[in-house]
This record gives sequence, structure tokens and C-alpha cells, in this order.
Amino acid sequence: MEFLSLKEAIAEYVEDGDVVAMEGFTHLIPFAAGHEVIRQGKRNLTLVRMTPDLIYDQLIGAGCARKLVFSWGGNPGVGSLHRFRDAVENGWPAPLEIEEHSHAAMAAAYAAGASGLPCAVFRGYAGTDLVDHNPNIRTVECPFTGETLSAVPALKPDVTVIHAQKADRRGNVLIEGIVGVQKEAVLAARKAVVTVEEVVDDLAPSSPNSVVLPAWTIDAVVEAPGGAWPSYAYGYYDRDNSFYLEWDEISRDRERFSAWMADHVFSHG
Amino acid sequence: MAEPYTASEMMVVTAARALRNDDVCFVGIGAPSEACNLARLTHAPDITLIYESGTIGAKPEVLPLSIGDGDLCRTALTTVSVPETFQYWLQGGRISVGFLGAAQLDRFGNINTTVIGDYARPKVRLPGGGGAPEIATFCGEIYVIVPHDRRRMVDRVDFITSLGHGRDGQERHRLGLQTKGPTLVITDLCVMRPNPTTNELEVVSIHPGVTVDRVREATGWEVTFRPDLDTTPPPTTAELEVLRDLKARTEAAHRGGG
Repeated sequence: MEFLSLKEAIAEYVEDGDVVAMEGFTHLIPFAAGHEVIRQGKRNLTLVRMTPDLIYDQLIGAGCARKLVFSWGGNPGVGSLHRFRDAVENGWPAPLEIEEHSHAAMAAAYAAGASGLPCAVFRGYAGTDLVDHNPNIRTVECPFTGETLSAVPALKPDVTVIHAQKADRRGNVLIEGIVGVQKEAVLAARKAVVTVEEVVDDLAPSSPNSVVLPAWTIDAVVEAPGGAWPSYAYGYYDRDNSFYLEWDEISRDRERFSAWMADHVFSHG
Repeated sequence: MAEPYTASEMMVVTAARALRNDDVCFVGIGAPSEACNLARLTHAPDITLIYESGTIGAKPEVLPLSIGDGDLCRTALTTVSVPETFQYWLQGGRISVGFLGAAQLDRFGNINTTVIGDYARPKVRLPGGGGAPEIATFCGEIYVIVPHDRRRMVDRVDFITSLGHGRDGQERHRLGLQTKGPTLVITDLCVMRPNPTTNELEVVSIHPGVTVDRVREATGWEVTFRPDLDTTPPPTTAELEVLRDLKARTEAAHRGGG
């Protein structure tokens, strides 16, 4: 584990062509790290995320992605992700290959990755049409009962990037609130980068059962206060719902999107 | 004299009334969340609301914009990880009602939220399934809330994102599913339930002021009306007050930062 600047961490740990998971289920989405990936012009990434959210809408619109693995591609409570739609419907700025799952499948696939298993077994996709369009949705027979169960390959990202509330000075990380799949996504990955609101002397977890990722499961920790905006960091700042509403307008039009990116992403860092 | 109300308020109030105090409900965002919280704030104070972000027993002050707003976590009895939510709580069969919306809903209650047109070359790419494909098969029963027009209420969905009763109405039986699937559909015009034999959705009650012809015109198949067709009771003043208050608080909270 090393403490790095955001620029150093992304330059060192995210490579062109990597399978990258930037997780955070509505909460603690690593936007600052995503913006750094865009600024460094990373290309041909396979982006993995249950809910692509605005962070992948931005990465897709900026031309960083070759493929998207996901389970729900909307702007929560607002509507479409317009950059994602433009890529799928019109191939702008580049064609986007998609591998689509359900939440249950992706959550199980991360857990399988963290467990060192080749695949996740669960009950899912009954009667759905997705099974005809995603060859990675298959079935296995239970050796004990003979039941047919669903199977999807384990998710094993080259690198997982998450945002958390705190790290201590040794690089142990505390996540509180809606914890999503971040623990699984970090443990499933070959490399892990964590941005945090602050580095503190003592994590002071609120319970012995708090979600703590030991420093030795992480490659780099970056102090990036506000790094989850416009999503949120429980205990630090709220979700900026008005920005999520505003994004609908910003992202609808290619030129307005590009202008926003120039002003808010490329001119920073 | 009853207060004036909108078609959307009629829909949400009718949906809320379907929920019981002892339900454990998996809540979709938007209209389902409105209905579930209205139920909690009126006749079902002990209802357990679970959002797919892992917040179990959430009692939000305002309607969340996303399924993971901080208010859900702050007010929940407990917050668990997403794998646990889907594995232990949903797949484990601990949820009595799943409350879903739909971009398209067909005569057999199948839900499409994936694509309009062909999957590989979609006319419109919708968000996709999220939690819904497994919610649809693991909750004890499913309530669907959807605005009623020909674009949404179709004979046959372009894509089955979440299984209702299948292409011929009998798919759940063939798959050996133990859950009931869609038992209730609430629109802004009427209330529908599946036929006990064919599972085709039929109109059981029409909202006040709505005609049979209007429902027929807004439905993409030759819709059947039950012989004992009822008029849905209108919202009460108390229900409207609570709903409007909730929506005003919500609007102020989400736009407030802007």
C-alpha cells in the first residue's frame, strides 16, 4: 500500500485496455478518480459497474470505454443516461460493446471473484429474454438436488477503484452507510485504488463489525475530499440530487456535454 | 364534497391501499416508492420497506430520488451489502410484495425496461433490469404501477426484462415458480388483475370519471372487463393531504441545493 496523489495513482494503476470496476451503489461513487481517468485519456477500457450512473456516462462520452458490463443503466429517479444511450444507439463517440446482467447476477459475480471461484451460482433470470442475448448467462445442475441453477462468470477486474470515508495512516480503509459491493469488488480485483474523504490517526469504527478493508488488500490510497460528488459520502455531505436532475439537460446534447467536460473535468486536476 | 385530485394521485393512492401493515415490501424508485411511503404514513405504519441498496426498514422523511439516498440509510433498521440484499433477503424468500414500474407492460403482466425495438439495434435503449428480474420471481407477489396508454400497455412486450406470466400466461407454472407474480396492476385509469385461469390482465375497477371506452382505447389489446366491474373509491382528503405534503417536502429537498 502506498499513499499517492490522484494523478500518480491513476497513472500507475489504470492501464489502457484494463477491466476497470469503479463501484459504489449510488453512495460513495469515485467521481474524482473517474475524472482523472478521463483527463489522462485512458482508452479501450472495459468498464464494470452495476449502475453505470453519471460517472460512466462521462467516461463513455469521453471515449474511454470499449465495453460496458452493467445491470442498470439509468440516471436514478431522473431517466436516461444520454451518453450511454448515444453510444449504444448511434455509436457516438465510439461503438460500445455491452454485457448486460441483473443486479442479483453482478452482486453474486463480484462475491465469486472475491472468493476465488470461477463462477457464481444463484437462482436468477427465470423467464427473461436476456438469457438469449448474453452468452455469459448459463446454467449448472446442482449435484445434490438436480435443480437447474443460473451461473455467470466471476468478476475479476484488473483494477477496482472505490471511494471511502476514511483511511488511517497505515492505509486501512473504513466504509460506512450503504456499503454496496465495494468490499467484494476490491477483494475480487488484481489491483485496488481507494480515494478517501480524509486520512486520520484512528479510524474509530462505530462497531467491531464495521466494513474495514485492511491496508494489505489495497495498492494505493489517495486523499480526495469531495471525491464522491455529485454522489455522496455518508457523514460528510449529501447526494446532490439537483445536479443529477441537471445532468439530464447537460448530457442530452453532445456539444453541451463536451463543453461541460471541458469546463469541469479537463480544466481541473 | 370530495376534493379535486389528479389521475396520478388517484393511481398512487389506490396503489398504497393495496399494501398491508405486515407486508415486507421491495420498493422500486418513482411511483412505487411514492405509494409505499404513502401507505407507511397512513394505514400501514409498521410496513417494512426494503430498497435494493440494502436499506431494510427504511422510513425516509422525503421521497428518495435514487434507491440509495442517504435518508434511506439514516432511517433504516439496518443497512446490508448488495450481495446480501439479493442473496439472503430476496432470493431467500423473505419479501412478501415487490412493487415495480414498467416502460412496457403486456396482457400477461410481463415487464419491459430494457429496449424498444431490437436488442442489438434498439430504437430506444432503456436502463435495463437492475433488481427487477429477480424481484419478479422471488417476492411473494408483484404489484405493478404504470401510467395507462397504448405505448405502455401493449399486447406483447418487445423484451421480457422481468417475467410476469410469460408469453402465453402459463410460464411461471412451467418453470415451477412458487411465487404468484403480478397479481395487481394499478394505472391512472383503472385497476387490473390476472384472470384466474388464463392470467390475462382484466379490468376489475375503473377510477371515478373514467369510461370503459377510454380504458379500451388506451390499452394495446382487446381488454376484458370483469362482469362485477367496480368504481375505484376516490382518494380521501386525509390521503391527499399526506401525499401532497410528502411531495412538497421532496420537491424542496431535491431542488433545494440547486
